[in-house]
Amino acid sequence: MTFVYGDNIDTDRIIAGKYTKTLDMNTLAEHVLEDLDPSFKTKVKQGDYLVGGENFGCGSSREQAPIALKLSGVSVVIASSFARIFFRNSINIGLPVLEIKNHDIESGDEINVDLSNGEVKNLTKNKSYFSAPMPKVMIDILSEGGLANYLKKYGDYQL
Amino acid sequence: MQTITEKILSTHAGKKVYAGELAVVTVDGIMASDTTAPYAIKAFEEMGGAKLWDAEKCTFVIDHASPAPNERIANLHKFMRDFAFAQNIRLFDIGEGICHQLIIEKDLVRPGQVFIGADSHTCTYGSLNAFATGVGSSDLAAVMLTGKIWLKVPDTIKVIYKGILPKNIVAKDLILALEKILGIDGATYQTIEFHGEVVEKLSLASRMTMANMAIEMGAKAGIFTPIGLQLPYEWTPTFADEDAKYIRTIEIDVSNLNSQIAFPNSPDNVHDIQKALGTPVQYAFIGTCTNGRLDDLHEVADILRNKKIAQTVRLLIAPASKQVFIDAMNDGTAQILMQAGATFLPSGCGPCVGSHLGVPGDGETVISAGNRNFKGRMGNPNAQVYLSSPSIVAKSALKGVISDE
Repeated sequence: MTFVYGDNIDTDRIIAGKYTKTLDMNTLAEHVLEDLDPSFKTKVKQGDYLVGGENFGCGSSREQAPIALKLSGVSVVIASSFARIFFRNSINIGLPVLEIKNHDIESGDEINVDLSNGEVKNLTKNKSYFSAPMPKVMIDILSEGGLANYLKKYGDYQL
Repeated sequence: MQTITEKILSTHAGKKVYAGELAVVTVDGIMASDTTAPYAIKAFEEMGGAKLWDAEKCTFVIDHASPAPNERIANLHKFMRDFAFAQNIRLFDIGEGICHQLIIEKDLVRPGQVFIGADSHTCTYGSLNAFATGVGSSDLAAVMLTGKIWLKVPDTIKVIYKGILPKNIVAKDLILALEKILGIDGATYQTIEFHGEVVEKLSLASRMTMANMAIEMGAKAGIFTPIGLQLPYEWTPTFADEDAKYIRTIEIDVSNLNSQIAFPNSPDNVHDIQKALGTPVQYAFIGTCTNGRLDDLHEVADILRNKKIAQTVRLLIAPASKQVFIDAMNDGTAQILMQAGATFLPSGCGPCVGSHLGVPGDGETVISAGNRNFKGRMGNPNAQVYLSSPSIVAKSALKGVISDE
């Protein structure tokens, strides 16, 4: 299933500050997107896609935001643009994020994502979009499953 | 032909770098709070980290939910303290103050440095002519391990404030006026460089208020001109070159600027104060890394001296640090504010982040001197939050409605 939201989905709405102070990760998923779409957490299934408009993930630096999305089952976040810290955090925890300017994905559209080339197929609208290219270091971090594994493997940044 | 950002990052990359290039830079200082440090510690351990690259350069601050409101957070704080003690990391515990206030107040960042903080408002230190940016916990953990971070050298927007600053117009108005122009994502991936005759005359506290809110426009950093910056030690200013390349230049003539206010639910929903006048408020809040300093408390005391706030309003004040609190007690400011009806909270983030200490009720309206008013920000999605300067918050607390007189 694909969940589609609008512009400027801030990190307070992805996971409110009152829920971020915990190392019990599963409690994050229980409150994900609570103030934006209270039904999200009951509907979301492993592998689902989340789609946003401009400036997805603006606001705080809380890494709990992408962690909450990932733990809830979201496999890829697609947005027209991302806030900087959220984008980095997502890659660092191994949550794929695809920046696709001017996408017209709507609620109810069936989509298919190919991470190997950043292609998103909109089966409902019968069209394809391609994500903006990422620096090699980010692709490497993502392909290792996150920054922790990347640094364990490489020991240092390889630009 | 370099911007301030390009110059500072070049000195830390070991080569000349320009906007758009990727660089691995050395880091002079790092910081994490009780929201981000626990995850950073976990990530550090997952990375195979045993010992910090340089514990002397690392600071932990317990300020976001402090003192702990429940056992879950108490245990999180304990986890943080245990790691800090074991690793010999500088720790500012409950009540010491807000991380960003402490990093500057305790002389833990200096001009020309690269500072990485696991909090989005780390950009505050650009007030000191330094490059400072916020990251998440994993990026911070990687610095704890390696002492380095990879960055894309950002483009820079040059903002020039000119004209004559009207009486009663303060730093918060200047930055909200820019927020109105740039919007919530108008500076994403970019540095905002602050210039002009108006900001050259500003105090460090006012520069902090403005650099602090650079992130509210998506910026990676908000860096001030060194001109006019007074510091109690010898330092080398970093100037932008005359022919530095800017992606955009914005000139703001402040001569006719009104008091500014951000309406719910976004810091860029900015209007002249006139549009909000008369809106009933039940809750007024002074504090945060944006406006919790002594200058701000003085601004409020000037308005509340020998007066009482409206019966329908509660006024909460969280000084940005213990030192600010002590100074406000020593010079009589705290007494003026308490006699006017204010309730003091321990130094720290207070109710800004909605984790403890003063959550608004359903349908209530808050006027806050803070930096963010996203839905649910202060802990209740059914409350409305307006953002403005400390003096507007004080005037509104007196009247029970948003007021500029």
